[in-house]
Amino acid sequence: MADAVIHGPVAGEAEHDMASHATSTGISNEKLAMWVFLGSDCLLFGALISTYLLLRHRSISGPVELRDPAHIFDIPFTSVSSFVLLFSSLTMALAVGAIHRGDVRRCRTFLMTTALLGSVFIGGQVYEFTSFVKEGLGYTTNILGSSFYTLTGFHGVHVSVGIMFLMAMFVMSLRGKLGPDRAETVEIFGLYWHFVDIVWILIFTIVYLIP
Amino acid sequence: MSIAETEHKGASLEPHHEAHQKTHPSDWTYIKVALLLGALTALEVSTYYWENASTGALVAVLFPLMIIKFGVVVAYFMHLRYDNPLFRRVFVFGLMLAVVVYLVALTAMQFWTDGWSLI
Repeated sequence: MADAVIHGPVAGEAEHDMASHATSTGISNEKLAMWVFLGSDCLLFGALISTYLLLRHRSISGPVELRDPAHIFDIPFTSVSSFVLLFSSLTMALAVGAIHRGDVRRCRTFLMTTALLGSVFIGGQVYEFTSFVKEGLGYTTNILGSSFYTLTGFHGVHVSVGIMFLMAMFVMSLRGKLGPDRAETVEIFGLYWHFVDIVWILIFTIVYLIP
Repeated sequence: MSIAETEHKGASLEPHHEAHQKTHPSDWTYIKVALLLGALTALEVSTYYWENASTGALVAVLFPLMIIKFGVVVAYFMHLRYDNPLFRRVFVFGLMLAVVVYLVALTAMQFWTDGWSLI
């Protein structure tokens, strides 16, 4: 019962509202912090994408056929991965919608679905990296390989971190610690997950489709 | 169903639910947005099968599609269309800073004359 008092909707809502509005901006500090982080992350990925663009056709080492991205990428396979990540954004948005409506079970289902879809995407990336390495394109083979693995690897790390957070929220939900009073937590994480998706939108077009 | 979960589904959620309805899209809106994004992605992928397409043509088709997809996800899935304008300003500032800084960097590195022409 003590838990119900602490985590119950009435107390939780009141605490949440007070936390959200007792700030100098009148909005949630946590949410603002996430947006600041995402804005700064644009600079990180901007640097990685620019570096890739500058270096991709300037390889002078390694086999000639491994110096041109057009000869390496498997577009149909990567397209499927893109659809998977895109669909995971939908399930994440549905999870946020469910928790705002107080439907904890539905939210939990969508969180797990999002984690599974993210895992499928990461599995695809591991398969892609492995096949490139088997073809001879390692991290140090040439600067195309270095810049490509760094860019897509950083994105993969972002997705992997997101999956860990999703699993953590799933466990919290099972233990009854992720109710509607914590809806903003799910929403803030959702922002991170959608950001990972929009970065992939850029990478898929710039890196894969315009070789 | 745990005790905590049962209590989370209490009737006192109504005010929060109503506030959410006013500021967030419905599930059906999310599904429609996802279908739009799927269609745009399918269009992007179809360019891979275009024969003899020049790089200029690909860029002319793919860049607008990429920007539209980016904007739709940010506006609807990330709620920037409905949320406090301060969030939009913060994110757009970071995004624009990145675009300007790296356009300058690419120009300084002669990307438009050397790198682009190599495509």
